[in-house]
Amino acid sequence: MNPAFWLDLPLIFAVLMGAAILAYVVLDGYDLGVGMLMPAATDAEQDVMVASIGPFWDANETWLVLGVGILLIAFPAAHGQILGALYLPVAAMLTGLMLRGVSFELRLKAKGWHAELWNWLFWFGSFLASFAQGYMLGRYLTAFQPGFGSMLFSMVVGAALCGGYVLLGATWLILRTEGELQKKAMAWTKWGLLWVALGVALVSIGTPLASEIVRDRWFDFPRTLALMVLPLATLAVWLWVWTRVGKSDWHPFAGAVAIFALAFAGLAYSVFPYIVLGGITIWEAASHPSALKVTLFGVVLVLPFLIGYTVFAYRVFRGKAKAGLYGH
Amino acid sequence: MDTLLLSRIQFAANISFHILFPTINIALCWFLVYFRLRRGAAQDKESAQGWEEAYFLWTKIFALTFALGVVSGITMSFQFGTNWPGYMEKVGNIAGPLLGYEVLTAFFLEATFLGVMLFGMERVSTRVHILSAAMVAIGTTLSAFWILALISWMHTPTGHVLDGNVLIAGDWVKVIFNPSFTYRLTHMLLASGLTASFFVAGLSAWRLLKAPQDAGALRTLRAGALVAAVLAPLQVLVGDLHGLNTLEHQPGKVAAMEALWKTQKGAPLVLFAIPNEETRRNDYAVQLPKMASLILRHDMDAEIKGLEEFAPDIPPVAPVFFAFRVMLGVGVLMLAFAWAGSWILRRRVPRWLLWGFAAMTFSGWVATLAGWLVTEIGRQPWLVTGILRTADAAGRVSEAALGASLAGYAFVYSVMLVAYVVVLTHLAREGAEP
Repeated sequence: MNPAFWLDLPLIFAVLMGAAILAYVVLDGYDLGVGMLMPAATDAEQDVMVASIGPFWDANETWLVLGVGILLIAFPAAHGQILGALYLPVAAMLTGLMLRGVSFELRLKAKGWHAELWNWLFWFGSFLASFAQGYMLGRYLTAFQPGFGSMLFSMVVGAALCGGYVLLGATWLILRTEGELQKKAMAWTKWGLLWVALGVALVSIGTPLASEIVRDRWFDFPRTLALMVLPLATLAVWLWVWTRVGKSDWHPFAGAVAIFALAFAGLAYSVFPYIVLGGITIWEAASHPSALKVTLFGVVLVLPFLIGYTVFAYRVFRGKAKAGLYGH
Repeated sequence: MDTLLLSRIQFAANISFHILFPTINIALCWFLVYFRLRRGAAQDKESAQGWEEAYFLWTKIFALTFALGVVSGITMSFQFGTNWPGYMEKVGNIAGPLLGYEVLTAFFLEATFLGVMLFGMERVSTRVHILSAAMVAIGTTLSAFWILALISWMHTPTGHVLDGNVLIAGDWVKVIFNPSFTYRLTHMLLASGLTASFFVAGLSAWRLLKAPQDAGALRTLRAGALVAAVLAPLQVLVGDLHGLNTLEHQPGKVAAMEALWKTQKGAPLVLFAIPNEETRRNDYAVQLPKMASLILRHDMDAEIKGLEEFAPDIPPVAPVFFAFRVMLGVGVLMLAFAWAGSWILRRRVPRWLLWGFAAMTFSGWVATLAGWLVTEIGRQPWLVTGILRTADAAGRVSEAALGASLAGYAFVYSVMLVAYVVVLTHLAREGAEP
């Protein structure tokens, strides 16, 4: 049997990369979101918030490494083009992630005004990383066109993603906290939902305007009618989350994740099979099959193990977060 | 400043900063497993308390070090694309999977088990807890395996095949177990062991200077010193073997390490000199006749190839020469300290010795970085020996963007490094509260 028929390696890796990016966005999204919410909480509440994300952030960020790693290994030509075009936003994101990462430790261990500084940097790092990621997405969707229009659109996407992460963070806190902080989280969720609604609307209008390819994909009757399922489903979930706040601990988070998944599906549809919009496709960008086969072997071997133990870690630390948990 | 040099400096800054933390943690994790096991096996209360306090303190230090390693490691995975697209283009089919395996098997093991190891003491059984620590240790060690396989392949490439204009793997076993791999891997694992030993000993000494009765710190000081005493002579041996292997496969690098410009029999060991790239001579040389031939070929009259044989493809001589001497010098210092220190600590704990160990806390960093400078600068102008030049792999980023990113990284890394050292010394000084 000729493997080429049933083993479309570039396609498999594209799906894996997409899954890794979605996993990253949802997982690191909630902890970046919590980071952005810090200024709205008291000192004691801040400690509980950090405790709710402390055991997970390392593992969450590794999905980013997996996503970018697959881009590097499976689609090296695209990796070079994309990261070359996104040079400064990538550097900004990495700076944000670095600052946020070390602030976890340093805000507890530094003394005096240093501790205050690292607390602020925890927020700033979370914001910088989130905004930079959204900006990168905007630039990617406009196929890295130069010009003010593209930059403006990218900034809108940046702000929208921050809203999305705040929604994830707030709903995560509903799940993981109780009492006063949980009530605050419910209020934050509602703000997050409004922010996301505005953001999704702007991005949905903006993307077809910014990119001809995306426009042709979506505005092609009668296909457009079928595609309307996505925005309608998103609206339905949005309404559902709004009503479930206060009535369920885990429904709001599940709903927020669903909104992200739907948005991601829309994006994937807009972009596939390009990996650089309007440029190379996934098959053109792919590595040699020998490299892909070897890498796939390792991925297939490790991924179930990895998912299993991620689930295990989330189970070990389930329940409501307590401040002392991360005060190690 | 030209963009190639800026890119090279940026990559060097990124990878040097990053390597500081895994170098400690690869071995430190095994130390943690050891401390945890000693706690479990303790017979009396003082011993149990000492090892438990040690475990908790060093777990905090491990976590802080790990956070810095993770964030700088994420930056590394982007550097290839942002600055060196030619690398992935030419050798990506080999570099990619190896980088991938480093990430997949090691990084992920660490990240998922680390949470349990750090926070799960009350939530999981003792056995699971120790197992988690061991898994993290295995993960970090495996990570070293894969990345050193790739780096060694870049120095002594084998097992590859040309497919059009790019390289693919012909035989993965030959790719991974290339000629310099086992030497470099062992050398690095021992370097990690020595770095962690002096790190543990030094910070423990720092604590004992403030609180001489601290039972945990005394135990960890002795443990660090003893491990260093065992590893240091091993490292001398492995280092020598690694050097001999380099002589066989990368003689140009050895010529630079020894600042030997001309091919000669009975080559002198240059203890100190200022290599002059213009005149291709050493100025102010202090040298021992015939000793280089003796050390490198075990024959005082053996011929050693000079840099002239490899011109114009020779690395910058001065950095390689001096970095090599720094590494050797610190290595000798470590050996002396480890042996003398372990011997003295059997009976007593004099303050001057504590100050000495405290001063040696970061000696492993100095030696390890110096060693990496030797090998990586020594490989220039090649990125992959004989196959890809560094200059041909660089991307086309504007000077302004490069300058901005380099300045940004340099600033953030400096701040983080200072904060790390300050918090570390404070933690170590105050001791642990479980």
